Amino acid sequence: MNETAISVINLSKHFGEVQAVDNISLVVKEAEIFGFLGPNGAGKTTTINILCTLLMPSSGKAIVNGFNVVVSPAEVRKSIGIIFQDPSLDERLTAYENLNFHGMIYHLSPKIRKARLEEVLNMVGLYSKKGHIVRTFSGGMKRRLEIARGLMHSPKILFLDEPTIGLDPQTRKYIWDYILSLSQKEKITVFLTTHYMDEAEICQRVGIIDYGKIVDLDTPVALKNKYRVSSLNEVFLQVTGRDIREEESDEKERLSQFLRARQKLR
Amino acid sequence: MDFDAIRMIWLRDIIRHFRDKVRLLGSITRPVLWLLIMGTGLRAAFNVHGISYTHFIFPGIIAMNLIFAAMISTISIIWDREFGFLKEILVAPIPRSSIVIGKALSGSTVAFIEGLFVLAFAPFIKINIPLAHLLLLLPLMFLIAFVCTSLGIVIAARMTSFEGFGVVSNFVIMPMFFLSGAMFPIDNLPHWISFVMRINPLTYGVDFLRWVTLGIKTFALYIDFLFLVTFAFVMLVIGIFEFTKRD
Repeated sequence: MNETAISVINLSKHFGEVQAVDNISLVVKEAEIFGFLGPNGAGKTTTINILCTLLMPSSGKAIVNGFNVVVSPAEVRKSIGIIFQDPSLDERLTAYENLNFHGMIYHLSPKIRKARLEEVLNMVGLYSKKGHIVRTFSGGMKRRLEIARGLMHSPKILFLDEPTIGLDPQTRKYIWDYILSLSQKEKITVFLTTHYMDEAEICQRVGIIDYGKIVDLDTPVALKNKYRVSSLNEVFLQVTGRDIREEESDEKERLSQFLRARQKLR
Repeated sequence: MDFDAIRMIWLRDIIRHFRDKVRLLGSITRPVLWLLIMGTGLRAAFNVHGISYTHFIFPGIIAMNLIFAAMISTISIIWDREFGFLKEILVAPIPRSSIVIGKALSGSTVAFIEGLFVLAFAPFIKINIPLAHLLLLLPLMFLIAFVCTSLGIVIAARMTSFEGFGVVSNFVIMPMFFLSGAMFPIDNLPHWISFVMRINPLTYGVDFLRWVTLGIKTFALYIDFLFLVTFAFVMLVIGIFEFTKRD
């Protein structure tokens, strides 16, 4: 117990001039639920993409389940399951086909594939819909199917990039209950990113990331005590000097700027 | 070599293809139009190698359906990148080479089947292909389809938009088709056209197809074969390289 699941040492990633991840270090223990909290564009997804071997780090080191992501990507890929921020299902296929193909590329034998497929579909309550084309599913159903798929090959570490973004509160709660029971039952390490404060509260430890840097990292309770505030939202306000929800108003601002610019063109 | 992965990539593309009924319709009507309109319309104007123009272009129309279907099949790579499914494949514990080979095989299979649609017209325009030639024709069609799909994969791997692929189809598929000897014989042409034709893999495919279906050829068959195989191999290697690199 308490072995290291993920360790990140002085990791940086830049795209040209833009420093997306700036010299971050962190350790996630086995069976821990670790949350990455930060506004959009803070470097959360870039970090996850490096950890799941889709991107190369510019410098620094990342070890996932004991394997270096640069040197042994194949071993890392075997150990992890990922639910991406953007949908990554094949919407032209049925739910069953999506999962069956997933089982094939994770080298599950036909027998285990069938058993796991039924198990995870039942877990997310989609068994009765297994023969339906995914395109006909609602957003919440698609998300649940993606979670089922990410768990199908029994990964040691589960990455969830904004798992509940755009979902209604009911589905959000459902997915969260599910993730929690999973980490307890199957001892899966969960690494997730979110910009919802209430979701960050559920994590055992939270890293606050802003402009590619980890500005603070501790348990939600310790963070709140440290800054003598009652919510993580206030912690965020204290360490970064701004409200995480400003992001959303920024987006509205950008949209109205864009619309104004278009008006001018005409 | 990861056969599970190759099978998954292949099977997925085949399922998707046959669910798309409109695309199937297009692949049947295209050769009919070409054979009927071009073949019949230009028959009076052309007399090549002493055979009718409809016969002359028949192997070319097979090649046309092969290259169109093969190149279009590789749009699925751009599609998958746009709609996220490519990530699901890229984080799976499978070698990149099996992704490329799976794609090349699924595109070839689809194109091969669309080539068969053209072949089915042979009896209607009175082309009799001996059985021995037919047995050679089928693997040859698959090889040509494989060559075109491999080329399509290399192009699609670098494309980030559907619009970009549309441009490519105009600047690659059409010239490759017209400068392959599919529509007119390749001898007695200006130097530059002749040069372009000689580096076009489809030229060798059409040449081989024409020998198998009509008994007419320009190059030695081993040259046709070697050029096609070498080209496919080089494209596969480039394709695997494109898929292996990480930013």
